[in-house]
Amino acid sequence: MKSKNPSEEPAHDDNFLESSRRDFLKHSGLLTAIALTPAPLVSAAQKGFDEKIADLYEKVPVSLEVNGVKHQLSIEPRVTLLDLLREQLELTGTKKGCDHGQCGACTVHVDGHRVNSCLTLGVLVSGKKVTTIEGLAKGDQLHPMQEAFIKHDGFQCGYCTPGQIMSAVACIREGHANSEHEIREYMSGNICRCGAYPNIVNAIQEVKEGGQPV
Amino acid sequence: MKQFQYSRPATQQAVIDAINKPGAKIIAGGTNLVDLMKRGVTAPDKLIDINHLPLKNIAPVKGGLHIGALALNSVVSENKLVVAQQPLLSMALKAGASPQLRNMATVGGNILQRTRCAYFYDTTMPCNKREPGSGCGAIGGYNRMHAIFGASDKCIAVHPSDMCVALVALDATLIVQSKKGTRRIPFADFHRLPGEHPDLDNNLAAGELILGVEIPDNNFAKNSYYLKIRDRQSYAFALVSVAAALELEGNTIKNARLAMGGVAHKPWRLVEAEKALIGKPVSAETFNIAAQIAIQGAKTYGGNDFKLKLAPATITEALKHASGLV
Repeated sequence: MKSKNPSEEPAHDDNFLESSRRDFLKHSGLLTAIALTPAPLVSAAQKGFDEKIADLYEKVPVSLEVNGVKHQLSIEPRVTLLDLLREQLELTGTKKGCDHGQCGACTVHVDGHRVNSCLTLGVLVSGKKVTTIEGLAKGDQLHPMQEAFIKHDGFQCGYCTPGQIMSAVACIREGHANSEHEIREYMSGNICRCGAYPNIVNAIQEVKEGGQPV
Repeated sequence: MKQFQYSRPATQQAVIDAINKPGAKIIAGGTNLVDLMKRGVTAPDKLIDINHLPLKNIAPVKGGLHIGALALNSVVSENKLVVAQQPLLSMALKAGASPQLRNMATVGGNILQRTRCAYFYDTTMPCNKREPGSGCGAIGGYNRMHAIFGASDKCIAVHPSDMCVALVALDATLIVQSKKGTRRIPFADFHRLPGEHPDLDNNLAAGELILGVEIPDNNFAKNSYYLKIRDRQSYAFALVSVAAALELEGNTIKNARLAMGGVAHKPWRLVEAEKALIGKPVSAETFNIAAQIAIQGAKTYGGNDFKLKLAPATITEALKHASGLV
């Protein structure tokens, strides 16, 4: 996500210290800024104090459990769960497709319910349990839905697949996989541009009919 | 996304104090607000998280059913009381968004969601709703999704909710709270027409928090139907949608409710068409007459001319389903 451009800051913005000092000092005009800034501030900036002060203002503590592992993080409130997972926890299985809640590639489970992680702010999942595609398999043993997607060729490029599988598992758990029609309706939040839909439906139907716990 | 401050005031009273300040916005599910913030359509200085407030309840009250503002769309749509007593609301909710979004979106947020007009979302285009005085890109532009009722020369955007179409048909009441106390607003009076101020979507005053909605008891449960027509079978906003609810006595329509979505700046109640149904027999002819009355006064803008045919056809079809004719 793009930071705001410091050149657009109003001169007397009360939030200046809180919101943009770090961006300001990092900006390409750094030398000019230091030349015009009083000596104590320059010294503080060189020692990185401003970074620490900015962190105090800008970051919020968040504790959450991801795939059974507890994490204590400090994040900017604008960080989405998707970016938190991918950039901070390096769980890149969850994909960023549209980043606007339209494609479902970012689907994860929060406290057992499927959500779009791209529209979920990280601060809103504090204290909750998140499951991503990395959390489905038990060691080397794939989840039945993962096995079924391989068996039925439920993908071509594979980019939407983690989201499809997380959604498919939820679809069965919710009790919305009782017919092809119902599966298609309740999987409509996951777009596959390769058009693997018939195979995805077959995979879900097989897992549902197999009766294995998902 | 522009940086903002995040706070989670401990009590309802503290939330009301916090939202009364300029630049502050409430966040609940965030499905609409986070999207708008990513696109730079809105840039609040402060987000007030209200997810911990005790506003998730769905419970009978005297003469009706209360649904809390923080009840999730998915939870409401599957709630036993809602399905049994107000199936129209359940059907409308299930027609909206995707399962993932319904697991995040709240009742209050659904009511307050902004239009999905592409010109509102595109910050390089004129839009009087986003930037008053900048003009309307949709008038004379791409307006397939746009209003046929109640628009103005400032704005032809539509309200995108399905849930609200059912709520207006069911004569719901909105309950809001501010420092001055609680206020009850009839649902039909809550959303605004664009007029000279399309930037204002509704009549929620500054510093007011939605607590929930109340739906009065009715006899429509057996004969309700929500029909949504869109560019794909699922997970798309309505071109036209119809909420139809009938109370039948034998083959005669004793009471009727009709509302449309995708046609106006607010969920559009069709009172005159309802009058044309009451006392009449259940028949395709009755429904066609009501449908023709419903679209009187419609005005189209080129790209949405097809709605003049689609809207009455959808009304007739919805009434056939509601009455059991099909």
